[in-house]
Amino acid sequence: MSINLNISEVAIRENRLGSVTGYQGSIKELAAQASSCSLKNKERCFSQSSACSSGCAQGYLSRIVDAAIVVHAPIGCAADSVYSNTQNKWGEKVRNWKHRNINVINTNMVEEDTVFGAVAKLKEAIREAYRRFNPKAIFVTTSCVSGIIGEDITSVLDELEEEIPIPLAPVFCEGFKSKIWASGFDAAFHAILTKIVKPPQRRTNKVNMINFSGSARKQIVETLARFDLEPVFVAPYSTVEELSKMSESAATISICGTLGSYIGNGLEEHYGVPYVKTLQPHGIVGMDSWLRGLGAVTGKEQEVEAYIREEKEKIASDLAEIREKLQGHTAVVGMGPSFGHNYIRTIQELGIKVIWGATWHFDPQYDNGKTPASTELLASQEVDIPVSVGDQQNYELLNLLNRLKPDLYVARHGGSTVWATKLGIPSVMVADEFSAFGYHGLIDFGYRLSDALTNRSLAKNLSSRVKMPYTDWWMAQDSFIFLENEVV
Amino acid sequence: MSQYSEQVRHVCSLGALQSVLAIDRAVPILHAGPGCGQKLWGALGFQNGCQGSGYVGGHSVPCTNIGEKEVIFGGDDRLKEIVGNSLKIIDADLFVILTGCTSDIVGDDTGEVARRFQEQGKPVIYAETGGFKGTNLFGHELVVDAIIDQYLKPANTVEPGLINIWSVVPYQDPFWVGNLKEIESLIAQLGLTPNVIFGPGPEKGLEALGKVPKAQLNVLISPWVGLKNVQHLEEKFNTPYLHYPVLPIGPTETAKFLRTVGQNAGVEEKRIEKVIQKNEAEYYYYIERSADVLLETRLLPRRFITIADSFYALGISKFLINDLGLLPEKQYITDGVSEEYQDSITAQFKNFADGITADVVFNSDGGSIHEDIRKMKFRSRPLILGSAWDRVLSDEVNGYQLSVSMPVSDRLALNRSYVGYQGALRLVEDIYSIVLSDFQ
Ligand code: SF4
Ligand code: SF4
Repeated sequence: MSINLNISEVAIRENRLGSVTGYQGSIKELAAQASSCSLKNKERCFSQSSACSSGCAQGYLSRIVDAAIVVHAPIGCAADSVYSNTQNKWGEKVRNWKHRNINVINTNMVEEDTVFGAVAKLKEAIREAYRRFNPKAIFVTTSCVSGIIGEDITSVLDELEEEIPIPLAPVFCEGFKSKIWASGFDAAFHAILTKIVKPPQRRTNKVNMINFSGSARKQIVETLARFDLEPVFVAPYSTVEELSKMSESAATISICGTLGSYIGNGLEEHYGVPYVKTLQPHGIVGMDSWLRGLGAVTGKEQEVEAYIREEKEKIASDLAEIREKLQGHTAVVGMGPSFGHNYIRTIQELGIKVIWGATWHFDPQYDNGKTPASTELLASQEVDIPVSVGDQQNYELLNLLNRLKPDLYVARHGGSTVWATKLGIPSVMVADEFSAFGYHGLIDFGYRLSDALTNRSLAKNLSSRVKMPYTDWWMAQDSFIFLENEVV
Repeated sequence: MSQYSEQVRHVCSLGALQSVLAIDRAVPILHAGPGCGQKLWGALGFQNGCQGSGYVGGHSVPCTNIGEKEVIFGGDDRLKEIVGNSLKIIDADLFVILTGCTSDIVGDDTGEVARRFQEQGKPVIYAETGGFKGTNLFGHELVVDAIIDQYLKPANTVEPGLINIWSVVPYQDPFWVGNLKEIESLIAQLGLTPNVIFGPGPEKGLEALGKVPKAQLNVLISPWVGLKNVQHLEEKFNTPYLHYPVLPIGPTETAKFLRTVGQNAGVEEKRIEKVIQKNEAEYYYYIERSADVLLETRLLPRRFITIADSFYALGISKFLINDLGLLPEKQYITDGVSEEYQDSITAQFKNFADGITADVVFNSDGGSIHEDIRKMKFRSRPLILGSAWDRVLSDEVNGYQLSVSMPVSDRLALNRSYVGYQGALRLVEDIYSIVLSDFQ
């Protein structure tokens, strides 16, 4: 595998990593097919509205504090900026910062632009973004419309290079190109890698911490300080200057393997910044593995071991208590692949039996050419777990949940817990990426699950009063009949 | 529409998928990219008064999730497959295919696909709502037109007193459910039979749609959205319409509204006046009781700015000026009003009590509106009635801010209404609660 920084557009996950959105089987089979490169995707002949790359790219980049985004699209494709602005405020609150609105301008493409093109409009919008926000970099995101009519974004940016003295980075994130919205993160990171990151001048004790909102910021700062390291939270809430120096860091770590793969491996391959490719730091085993990985690349093995011992001691009695409470319950997990495969393990650590794992896509390998560690670990366990992959197709998931009737449904990504709740299944949404972060996080998360199980009245009441939008016919079918057999 | 635009305050025509969802037991089928739906319901719904999925919204909405294959080879086959399977899987009574930009550019023959299903007697209609065509308010008109053309059947009789109500755009207005209920109640008080299509309740939705052609009158309460629809209904079913351009908030405008509707529908004057009197008495009971505190709180705002869609910019201005005695600074209208309607809306802003007038700016670009406002000189703390985008601005200019117009991500809206007498009371409560909590 290699990450090419000389091209302006990174290949989508389907083509780059062989990632899939249609699969049903077990974790052992999935891992075996992944490692033997025999995993094939399946299409569906019914689908519900999912999500797209541009949403991921725009949402992620718009929270860089001193950058601006120009969304080259009709206004609907910029509608996610409303959500991003709310999200941004959440992270500002965590940091006690004054609120600002995110710097996003949309070119407002209209009918005639789809015929004659809108590069002139795009130029004006970029100039205006520069004037309005005085940014340190401008990211120009594409859309299905700009992509299909063949707008030459790269030339526009080249032409403006002399006039506007800051990095102007194209971000190719047309929604129609990939079924995997995480391709949008890669597009964002490709833009950062090619246009923002500068070659290193020195090596620092900084650690690139790839994440979203950074709500565990204080804890991470304190933990890394024990190893004489200092986190830089990437990319939201960082500055362009901080991002430009990622190449000088001692290591890169990530809260999410899906999110971190491209930037982590890219920085390692091109600038020699080691990327920690262990399990993700959810729960005990995940945190052990992640910290040891970091210790190994920064020469802090002993300090890390001491820290791990201390922390585990601190939570030992709490852990026993919460395990006792949760023992014997069952859960279904529905999340992105990295979170999904890491949370299955994390939930198992709490004594809960995971009876199904659904992930919104699956990467048989990351950008280093290796199967995700979290998948391999699950596959090496004695018990095989049934799994499926789908781009958040609720009809399939709801049919499945109705059949499995777990005690709990644990999900990440909006738009699925409400439906499980309507089925009467208590559901927990992992909205914050640090919800089960490490040792203490696991305990807190355990109590959150336990609370959800303790008072089920909302789920009970809702399910007895509201109707699901599916026909009885569908609810009686096998969950996967619309997953086509022929391999595409 | 602005050349470029910052701070989304309306979305694209495909946003009308939310109008379909506002019809009980109707479901949109998107023939669009994979991300369009999520972005649109996110902005119009989740981030706008916490209006979530409801029965079949959000990630339940069927969608072709147009990919590379459909872009290259066309998406008709995929659409056929998705519609066919939607009919099997989704429990609904009306299926509305809505196209996004992609399928409109690729040139799929969506009409043909819909007709195939119609021929088999399936309740499938379509509208070409490619986002580049206009705003979601415009898209709302397209959806209503599609229903008129493809779903409504002519009636043999006219039902006297039956009044179709067309007004705020569902979801774009986070308070649409409450507002429509309030309008319904006002019309019913006149002794008429209001027919409201959007919102919860067994008599709404498809049942209400079925009654549309036999109404005595279409009443459109809206600055501009829906005018094309009521004209279309007149052409098709000979139903006359009454265009009332102001969302009636507060006693002055609501009385005017009741008189206008009453007269047009042939309601006895005595009855109209009785309704007005009763409601005004109740309204002024509360206002009178709180007047001392309202007047004697040192921090009361004197001047206000609206940054809102035309419904609220106009409706709230009328109320604050004509009833509450506030004075207008500039008023910004953000719903992409096309030029043909701008003059008549501007004229409304020149016509307040005591000869007061307000400057109006039609602009969907929140960033430039904010720049404008930052340059203003305020002699007291202004009241800013806008959206969640304006909270930051309000801090900068030391204002009081209340989100009423999309996106209202900072509030939960269930059945609150800002229309009529009751709605005006809610608005007064909300505004002054902000003023009072600001310094405490
Ligand atoms: S048009 Fe394409 S880029 Fe825009 S929201 Fe839809 S899928 Fe995403
Ligand atoms: S503008 Fe077009 S492509 Fe974008 S969300 Fe709307 S319909 Fe989809």
